Amino acid sequence: MTVARFWRKIPQRYNLIGTKCTNCGRHFFPPRSFCPDCRRDGKIVDHKFSGFGTVVTYTTIQTAPDQFSSAGPYVLGIIKLDEGPQMTSQLIVDPKEVEIGMRVKSTFRKIATDGESGIIHYGTKFVPVE
Amino acid sequence: MRDVAVIGIGCTKFGEHWERSFRDLFVEAGALALEDAQLSGERIDAMYVGNMSAGRFIEQEHIGALIADYAGMATRHIPATRVEAACASGGLAFRQAVIAVASGMEDIVVAAGVEKMTDVEPGASTDALTGAADREWEGFVGATFPGLYAMIAKDYMHKYPMTREQLAQVAVKNHFNGARNPIAQFPQEITLDTVLRSTMVADPLRLFDCSPITDGAAAVILAPLDRAREFTDTPIKVLATAQASDSIALHDRRDISTLDATIAAGDRAFKMAKLTHKEINMVEVHDCFSIAEICAIEDLGFCKKGTAGKFTADGETALGGKIPVNTSGGLKACGHPVGATGIKQVYEVVTQLRGDAGRRQIENAEIGMTHNVGGTGATVAVHILGRV
Repeated sequence: MTVARFWRKIPQRYNLIGTKCTNCGRHFFPPRSFCPDCRRDGKIVDHKFSGFGTVVTYTTIQTAPDQFSSAGPYVLGIIKLDEGPQMTSQLIVDPKEVEIGMRVKSTFRKIATDGESGIIHYGTKFVPVE
Repeated sequence: MRDVAVIGIGCTKFGEHWERSFRDLFVEAGALALEDAQLSGERIDAMYVGNMSAGRFIEQEHIGALIADYAGMATRHIPATRVEAACASGGLAFRQAVIAVASGMEDIVVAAGVEKMTDVEPGASTDALTGAADREWEGFVGATFPGLYAMIAKDYMHKYPMTREQLAQVAVKNHFNGARNPIAQFPQEITLDTVLRSTMVADPLRLFDCSPITDGAAAVILAPLDRAREFTDTPIKVLATAQASDSIALHDRRDISTLDATIAAGDRAFKMAKLTHKEINMVEVHDCFSIAEICAIEDLGFCKKGTAGKFTADGETALGGKIPVNTSGGLKACGHPVGATGIKQVYEVVTQLRGDAGRRQIENAEIGMTHNVGGTGATVAVHILGRV
């Protein structure tokens, strides 16, 4: 990934800044600039998500792509954020303890490495809520 | 709209063809299809070719012109169009060719599909395939294709009482069929143990739940039905062509383990053909992973949601079952050269309806269906074909 492609979504990737349609109240993460319900009547503004959510489904990736392989197998899940939308993210949790319905909270972590000389990607992962 | 028929079919053997290039593969498939239709290449009016990612796999774009050129048609200047919808590229190429003939715009049209996947390292091919999902919000956070389908399987097994053994039976059944198909990449029978003891890829999916990396090409030739008997004694009529889309990312679906695009495309196809699932004699579904076949046969209506595991374990999808599924061996055993798969499905249905399927032949097959999926269900193409 080029630096520009990563850099332009830093607020969204680092701080869970998505969007919200003020016409219907629907939240979007990943962010959308067009409301599928209100269409051109929608008005989209930025929205910072609380970071709390619930595990919808998950898996443990045993054969990781190169840029993710340094950490070994990792847990990947779909998280339903409390504000409504669902997103895909890694979970920092023992693979034996993760379960559907588990409450989780977002945290800032290293995501991937673009080879030895490329940039390091940071972003959002989720941890269980104590 | 005019009625459309398939008048010729051709397919290379699927596998790791280190000795043959992208061009070699599609030229062979095209030549086989022309020979089958006893047609001279000079009579072809247009070509549509399904190809997912030649740009990543062989660093070549502009596939439409390349194919027409190496098929010997550069000086005839026929329209040649590449169609891309990830793993559904072949199904969409077939649909575009059907529409071209049905509209009256073209008469004799080739629908082809080709993918050459082994000219890059396995890591690079896996990464290219990840482009079929949402790169920004799935791929960049660590999702792989086995990982996404594993999350579908996990959701499914949380909601419905399917056992791990029932899921494995999909692969066992498809290898049984593949062992009876001369073009299959893996013509070997396997047991439940083969699946259950294979390497874990993404829990709960193991290596033998996953379709392989494959080189291959397939081509079919279409003509108006009222002219089809000029070329063949056994024209196969296209009874329905349907296509549907859904969110690119799995996390945006209404239900993680239901492919709404399969439901939509299936409904449209049944409506267009004025048929119900009871009248379908066989179906080639998109089993890129074992769980994908489970979802497909439910979402197409062949069994109720949540029951496909038992349905499969009871033998209802096997040769001789209520609805034979993936008589070719499916993507799992026949192989999955992504852009070619949708055309190979049509190739298999036509082979069955003609009665040419040898040791995997279904008795009295009159009507067959194909179901081709792009990504985790963001594109689905469904076709119904029948004897005339």
